[in-house]
Amino acid sequence: MFDQQKKRRIALVASKGSLDMAYPPLILASTAVSMGWEAAIFFTFYGLDIINKHKLGALKVAPIGNPAMPAPVAAFPMQVPNFLGVLPGSTALATSLMKSWFDKANIPPLSELIDVTREGGGKLYACTTTMGVMGVTEEDLIEGVDCRGAAAFLDYAADADVSLFV
Amino acid sequence: MTTVLEHQLVLDCKNLLCPMPIIKLNAAIDQIGVGHTLVMFATDPGSQYDVQAWAKQRQHDLVESKKDGKVFSYVVRRMH
Repeated sequence: MFDQQKKRRIALVASKGSLDMAYPPLILASTAVSMGWEAAIFFTFYGLDIINKHKLGALKVAPIGNPAMPAPVAAFPMQVPNFLGVLPGSTALATSLMKSWFDKANIPPLSELIDVTREGGGKLYACTTTMGVMGVTEEDLIEGVDCRGAAAFLDYAADADVSLFV
Repeated sequence: MTTVLEHQLVLDCKNLLCPMPIIKLNAAIDQIGVGHTLVMFATDPGSQYDVQAWAKQRQHDLVESKKDGKVFSYVVRRMH
């Protein structure tokens, strides 16, 4: 019977806080709970920004050091020299560019994928070490986050079928 | 060959990309009765494999999988 089977489990680490790197762990976690899996994401280092209510809506992507970033104007498809990424406003430009791609492709905001993950029983763990280092308190985090250390995450991940570091 | 009217629910996931079709499909399956079917439309080419994988993991039955131009259609039966 379906209900008697042991559920599959995915354990994810989200270690990066840029807009492009926030999506993969949340897409995987929201899909996993939609497939009936148990899922947890351990948000550590800059990944903690994804569940920081002051920063979640303002995650950015920087063109500097990112040679994959295309030209901002499709009609002028010249690769922008990477060093121009240091110019003021280039990160804001790259961020609004990426957000416009997401809008055009009907990609939901990160908050919606977080909601799907939580409603599906997925766990969101905030790394307590990062909180201490970055001066982040529980009040800075979105609702429904549990603060945990590495041992607690590893205890969860020990029973996981899939473990990924993002 | 089935028609839309035979199904308890029609789910339009056209112009949506992963993960939204699967998230919506998973929410929709609970809206129909056990043993009944829904029909889902999608345009994401990945959905051909994602719907199959979802049905396998959730243990529902993918009754039919078709492509008409750029639109894919899937008939899924709720099994439990």
